[in-house]
Amino acid sequence: MRGHLGVRFAQVIPTLLLVSIMVFCLQQLMPGDPALVLAGEERDPEVLEQIRRELKLDQPLVFQYFYWIGNVLQGDLGFSWRIRQPVTELVATKLPVTLQLATMAFIIAVFIGVPMGVLSAVKKNTFWDYLANGIGLAGLSTPNFWLGIMLILLVSVHLGWLPPSGYVPLTEDWRQSLATTIMPAFVLGNAISAVLMRHTRSAMLTALQQDYVRTARAKGLSEHLVVIKHALRNALVPVVTLGALELGTLLSGAVLTEQVFSIPGFGKMIVDAVFNRDYPVVQGVVLVTATVYVMLNLVADVLYVMINPRLRGA
Amino acid sequence: MSFRFALLGLAATLPLGLPAKAQELPQLRVAMPEDADAMDPTTGRAYVQRVAMLNMCDSLFTYNSKMEIVPRLALSYEWADPQTLVVKLRPNVAFHDGTPVDAASVKYSIERHATYQGSARRGDVSSVAAVEVVDPLTVRFRLKSPDVVFLSQLGVRAGVLVSPKAAEAAGKDFPLNPVCAGPYRWVERVAQDRIVIERVPNYWDAANYHFSRVTFRPIADSTVRLANLRAGSVDVNMNIPPVDADSVRKDNRLKLYTFDGLGYTGITVNMGRNNTTPGPFGTDPRVRQAFDLAIDRDALVSVVFSGVHAPNAYPVPPTSPFFDATLPQPKRDLAKARALLAAAGVKTPFTVQLTVINNPESIQVAEVMQSMAAEAGFELKLNTMEFVSSLDAADKGNFTAYMVGWTGRPDVDGNLRDLLYTSGGTNYVGYKNAQFDTLLDQGRSTGDMAARMATYRKIYQGLREDLPIIYLYSARWSFGMAAKVEGFEPVADGMLRLNGVKFAR
Repeated sequence: MRGHLGVRFAQVIPTLLLVSIMVFCLQQLMPGDPALVLAGEERDPEVLEQIRRELKLDQPLVFQYFYWIGNVLQGDLGFSWRIRQPVTELVATKLPVTLQLATMAFIIAVFIGVPMGVLSAVKKNTFWDYLANGIGLAGLSTPNFWLGIMLILLVSVHLGWLPPSGYVPLTEDWRQSLATTIMPAFVLGNAISAVLMRHTRSAMLTALQQDYVRTARAKGLSEHLVVIKHALRNALVPVVTLGALELGTLLSGAVLTEQVFSIPGFGKMIVDAVFNRDYPVVQGVVLVTATVYVMLNLVADVLYVMINPRLRGA
Repeated sequence: MSFRFALLGLAATLPLGLPAKAQELPQLRVAMPEDADAMDPTTGRAYVQRVAMLNMCDSLFTYNSKMEIVPRLALSYEWADPQTLVVKLRPNVAFHDGTPVDAASVKYSIERHATYQGSARRGDVSSVAAVEVVDPLTVRFRLKSPDVVFLSQLGVRAGVLVSPKAAEAAGKDFPLNPVCAGPYRWVERVAQDRIVIERVPNYWDAANYHFSRVTFRPIADSTVRLANLRAGSVDVNMNIPPVDADSVRKDNRLKLYTFDGLGYTGITVNMGRNNTTPGPFGTDPRVRQAFDLAIDRDALVSVVFSGVHAPNAYPVPPTSPFFDATLPQPKRDLAKARALLAAAGVKTPFTVQLTVINNPESIQVAEVMQSMAAEAGFELKLNTMEFVSSLDAADKGNFTAYMVGWTGRPDVDGNLRDLLYTSGGTNYVGYKNAQFDTLLDQGRSTGDMAARMATYRKIYQGLREDLPIIYLYSARWSFGMAAKVEGFEPVADGMLRLNGVKFAR
């Protein structure tokens, strides 16, 4: 197992290097000169030249890449061209926001998706199965932005229960923090819970037909124990993989949801940065996200082993 | 607890050293359509940045609701001659760090605008030859040539003063903690979340400012912005889309302020930008005139904007002092349009590629024009693009016609020079008209309004013949506010001036 994890760790460095090259090259393909955006409405040619010189946009791409990656290796992600703040500082401000939102959404998704999947598998072809499938289908097919706006109108404008948008850090006021993030977290978790439900259901159906489940039942174990302790534990391996992938996606920024609820996280930042051709911010956020994503997959690898003892010898 | 200690405890809760009134002042929350860029009057470019800075960073002059220039940090001004402007400063005013506002700080700020790397104000102060300190409260601007427009620049960001001490100490980090002279001072900024400013109790006009703190929140989605206003999470929504205007007007918990802006939306025609070779749409004015006559501006504005904006075929809005009401607004005339196309000898349907920014409103405008123009013999093909890509295409001359707006400037010169002057930085038309250039220079050489208007009338008439930009409408501002907000005076520059604004008791 140590060897396996060692190899996975070693793969992180070339993966991130590749990501850095890809993000740098891909954004060069985006049409639009950043200097034109930065110059505002009055685009004095002299000012444009000055901006290009200052941001090293007049240098060859290879130079620009090595200049950037050289600074990154020293812990400096550059500064935002648009708002003139260091990217490291921006990432440090946004990461906790996105982490909080992603974690809450993930918890909601797991608490809804996994029990629904189990129920659906255990009560296959009954009313409960159809109901769970129906809820799952609705969750998958409801666009996040629509659900978000509907919730804002209902819960905030009509009922006045929760603030319609904004964000308060957990450290500042945890009650307000939960109040501002519960709706977006639900919107995000809703779609993921449907995916988790579908996967849990199918994994549970397979697990419930296995010999060890039959043996457990033959030994006279209660159905509750058979389902939770034997079937679900084995069924969770593919669900954990999926969960890690979904959590990773959440961390890269829930673009639409953050936009709708004005949550100042990664998603909102990257959208603004792309539209304003704020390259250092795009590069910095993608690189940090990729790092977190890769790390999450490593964690998922470790979790496999913890859940399934047969993998321990691998 | 003894009585004496109870009294001491009570005394400790009293607002020692602070005026009681300041503690009672409420906070104002403002929703803006997007996040600001760099919080520096020299490098900032975005409209929302100016909104957030306006109540924190006073300029030498400002504008009143009639768009008249009025002194702010200045006390008065005088044109010694058409090339020399003398400005007297308000005495006993200090920046937020205590540095006095004096002639030296004016010289420093103007020179910073002119020379700072990445300055967005260079064009605004380009006519300044020298800034001279006459005495601590008098400054003299010597201009390279007669330029009355320069005064109007001192009423916008080019006239904003920064503390020389703070600017020198902070260098490039100045936008992280801007220090100016104004009724509010900087507290914090959390990118994409909020900008917070707080009241300066010893400001010279503090009695007119009634909020202890003001928080600006960028909320991009217009539905969510309005929901925030309705839910009471914000007190001011700085951008109500025309489609929502009526519902805000009918909501008795809210107030709607709709007022003229300074700019326009029009179709910029490629007449040879970047040495490109335009087709008949760019070379033959009759084709453009035919297109112009095919458009029904009243119907366009009524259908797409519920009549909120003003149909207009000129570069300044109808309420501008530079608007010439004696000139006619063109009416749709399909017969004449078809005749012009026939005279131009182009094959119909004549195809025009129109570059449109891919937001719902612009696309709707383009689609309505598409059906109108079709009746005159045009086939309008829409080329929708994201904003920055469209700018790039325009800059390179990769377009035939480009529908885009201009936010506008207080002086008409600002709505024409950059866009149509031969050497203008944003002359995407590639317009080269010596007579136009001469008239535009003539327009800024005198302060006599009647003489200026005579010049601009000639310019407008020439533009209507040539149609390098086919002006469609002048956008109007729509601000939504909670009913308790009172005292707001709309100004065409779309700023939220907080003097006199307060909550009803």
